[in-house]
Amino acid sequence: MPLTQIKFYQTGTFTVGNRLLGADAAAEQASPDRANSLNCGHRACQGCGEALGARYVIDAAMRASKGRLIVANATGCLEVFSTPYPESSWQIAWLHSLFGNAPAIATGIAAAMKVKKHDDIRILAQGGDGGTTDIGFACLSGMFERNDDVLYVCYDNEAYMNTGVQRSSSTPAAARTATTPVVGPQPGNVFGQGKNVPLIAMAHFIPYVATASVANLHDLEDKIERAILMRGARYVHVHVPCPLGWGTASGDTIRVARLAVESAMFPLFEAEHGEVTGHTAIRRQVPVEEYLRLQKRFAHLFKPKPDADRIARLQAIADRNIARFGLLN
Amino acid sequence: MFQIRIHGRGGQGAVSAAEILSVAAFIEGKYAQAFPSFGSERNGAPVMSFCRVDDKPIRLREPVMQPDALIIQDPTLLHLPGLFEGLAPEGLVLINSTNPQIECPVGNRLAVPATELAMKYVRRPLPNAALLGAFAAQSGLLHLESLFSAIRAKFPGEVGEANAAAAQAAWDCAQELMGAYASAN
Amino acid sequence: MLQQIEGSRAVAESVALCRPEVICAYPITPQTHIVEGLGEMVKAGRLKGCEFINVESEFAALSVAIGSSAAGARSYTATASQGLLYMTEAVYNASGLGLPIVMTIGNRAIGAPINIWNDHSDSMSVRDSGWLQLHAETNQEAADLHIQAFRLAEELSLPVMVCMDGFILTHAYERVDVPTQEQVDAWLPPFQPRQMLDPSAPLSIGSMVGPETFMEVRYLAHQKQFQALARIPEISRDFARAFGRESGGLARGYRTEGAEILVVALGSVNGTIQEVIDEMQEAGVPIGSVSLCSYRPFPVDHLRTMLAHARHVVVVEKCLAPGQGGIMSMEIQTALTGLAPNVATIIAGLGGRTITRKALRAAFERAHNGILPPLTFLDLNEKAIAREPEITSGELLCR
Repeated sequence: MPLTQIKFYQTGTFTVGNRLLGADAAAEQASPDRANSLNCGHRACQGCGEALGARYVIDAAMRASKGRLIVANATGCLEVFSTPYPESSWQIAWLHSLFGNAPAIATGIAAAMKVKKHDDIRILAQGGDGGTTDIGFACLSGMFERNDDVLYVCYDNEAYMNTGVQRSSSTPAAARTATTPVVGPQPGNVFGQGKNVPLIAMAHFIPYVATASVANLHDLEDKIERAILMRGARYVHVHVPCPLGWGTASGDTIRVARLAVESAMFPLFEAEHGEVTGHTAIRRQVPVEEYLRLQKRFAHLFKPKPDADRIARLQAIADRNIARFGLLN
Repeated sequence: MFQIRIHGRGGQGAVSAAEILSVAAFIEGKYAQAFPSFGSERNGAPVMSFCRVDDKPIRLREPVMQPDALIIQDPTLLHLPGLFEGLAPEGLVLINSTNPQIECPVGNRLAVPATELAMKYVRRPLPNAALLGAFAAQSGLLHLESLFSAIRAKFPGEVGEANAAAAQAAWDCAQELMGAYASAN
Repeated sequence: MLQQIEGSRAVAESVALCRPEVICAYPITPQTHIVEGLGEMVKAGRLKGCEFINVESEFAALSVAIGSSAAGARSYTATASQGLLYMTEAVYNASGLGLPIVMTIGNRAIGAPINIWNDHSDSMSVRDSGWLQLHAETNQEAADLHIQAFRLAEELSLPVMVCMDGFILTHAYERVDVPTQEQVDAWLPPFQPRQMLDPSAPLSIGSMVGPETFMEVRYLAHQKQFQALARIPEISRDFARAFGRESGGLARGYRTEGAEILVVALGSVNGTIQEVIDEMQEAGVPIGSVSLCSYRPFPVDHLRTMLAHARHVVVVEKCLAPGQGGIMSMEIQTALTGLAPNVATIIAGLGGRTITRKALRAAFERAHNGILPPLTFLDLNEKAIAREPEITSGELLCR
């Protein structure tokens, strides 16, 4: 009798934790001992991808570092919704300074730890795409160039969400934002050069670069847990949908993140010292159109009449990612 | 208070000259202030530096407007307007030149071949140490030993010794020339 | 130990004696020699227990210091002019977060037009940022003020900038008594942060404060300046006791007894002013001067006391509020409300323009003769101005 492969989806997929998963296969969020570093009570929108991502990232980092963690945060949604004085959602040592200096303050904290010989304390800096790819870019590059002992995590929701959804250098082509409105002959964002910060990070040859998504929370935790224990400058770029800014239903956050990955609009890969060391293969490729349709920020590509040309150009971007990273292998 | 103004070109060590002078004065227990006419000049452009020496603390911060002595590190500067401005009629002028009779419109002139001496002892065309040696002789303001200490503090090891030797040679030369002037007048 | 050294070197040595733990630096004329000196000391192992970081901008420099200070490390940086402006966002952030960073400002003019020479426009631009601002008259005082600054900053949990005239002080060689490590260790205790980033006692630093509490936070910052006002003279006196010389404090008078004319100025120009005072006193003119050391907090009461009896107060300023006149003058005028002296402003030395004894003397004589206008620009090149097409028929729109 031939053997048939049976897949137990309840254990082998994205399940965060259930009784069929062994303790070490479960995500940190499934653990009753998790740090709850970003505790409930914060003011994030319903379905906020960034709150989800940050919760996973920080608790994973706390587990790996055994609670010896200091976090530097840029100005942005995460900082604003987590610390409405006199309340704070953070249960950890946390510093927010300015919009553009999260990498630099983290460098400073790392230097202080070095001087005080606290080798066990790890430093994590975090910010949105605005604070990372735009206003914090110089400080980020400086941190990379010096190989400062900091793990920088970017939560990329592809626009300046905190200030009302304005375009950042991370905003995808054709997307509607408040500063790339749906008017005129080229509605939404232009097809520019793009700014691929993970690739730029790789160009600095730093010890570790990775992309991750809230679509695959195990993968996100694993990457963070590996990265936080490494030394030198490290960068993890996390894709986090924003229901408000993207115009998605608040219950669709993980679904749309998954479509970004499966359409290859957001490739998942890792790199060390400038060389790609691995990627996550796409299990079931979907056309970019399926990803776009879920988001009101791309609604104008479908109504009043379909913009086949620009949808094709977006598909080409996805295809290029597939080719570059071998995502179908 | 004794005020010195040094004229040179960028790269010739006019700024170091003023510094070394001030350190030599300090070694002798005096108060001294040295500073350049600051600029973004590149090598070759005319520069000035200043040094004041006094027995009491120096409070004045303006550039030296009424020098008691001028040190001219480059004879090609002699044509510059205002070079001698403020110099007292009997003020000292020390010129880096191979021509001991080089023309000088005001003051008591002494000319020594500082660049040549620098090439001989230091093997670089940096006339400042030599000029300071000659200046010590001309002015009697400082002892040569103090100058040597200051030079060695600024340039460690062999470089310091070479510069000190240049200063000594220039001092000797100056003494000879002044002796010649004295007997000529 | 007495040394004949460059002002920048004196500052580097003094800062090093304070056992800084993190120094971050971005070069800008005229501060370069300070940070180069410190960098060399760290690299050569003379300054131990210190991380020296070369950063990519002034904004990064102060930001790194913010991070390290929040993490409990004694932190230092230096800048000037354009660099100070570039980091201004971080300047306000540091004081708002109550971080006791010490920063040297090598006072330099702000462009455009670009100018690398001395004036006070840079530190003036951030006078209300919540930092304490101390001005040095000599290189000795510049060195001493850094030692006082760390103690002041850490006691009050507030950053302090020590201002010294670019080039005039930073690049001048003069006699400085550099203290010993033992002396400084005995006087400056180790940094005990009011709060710090510590995983074993976690807290959130840098929350968002809304309208319901922001006024109170700012009111407390206002009060903090008065605490500083009380501590600055005490720290100066304590320094004098330990190190045997006067430096710092709120303001210093020179021959103010019975003076009818009092000149007020910040920084190194006071040296030249004192020479002129002596000359004029010798000629029988009752004139004295006040060297203002603490610009923030602005010592209103102290100045009122010092200046009250004068007929004329002449403020010599190296900065300008275009369209208004002097910046310090306005503050002095406010301080002297209800008192007799009339205040005249002399704008001098902008962009490093030489301030001569001669020009000052002429201006002070005019004050003595009651003919000094309310606002004068010292040594203005009238011919150059008259060439400007905006000026018609040689008549100037402003004084």
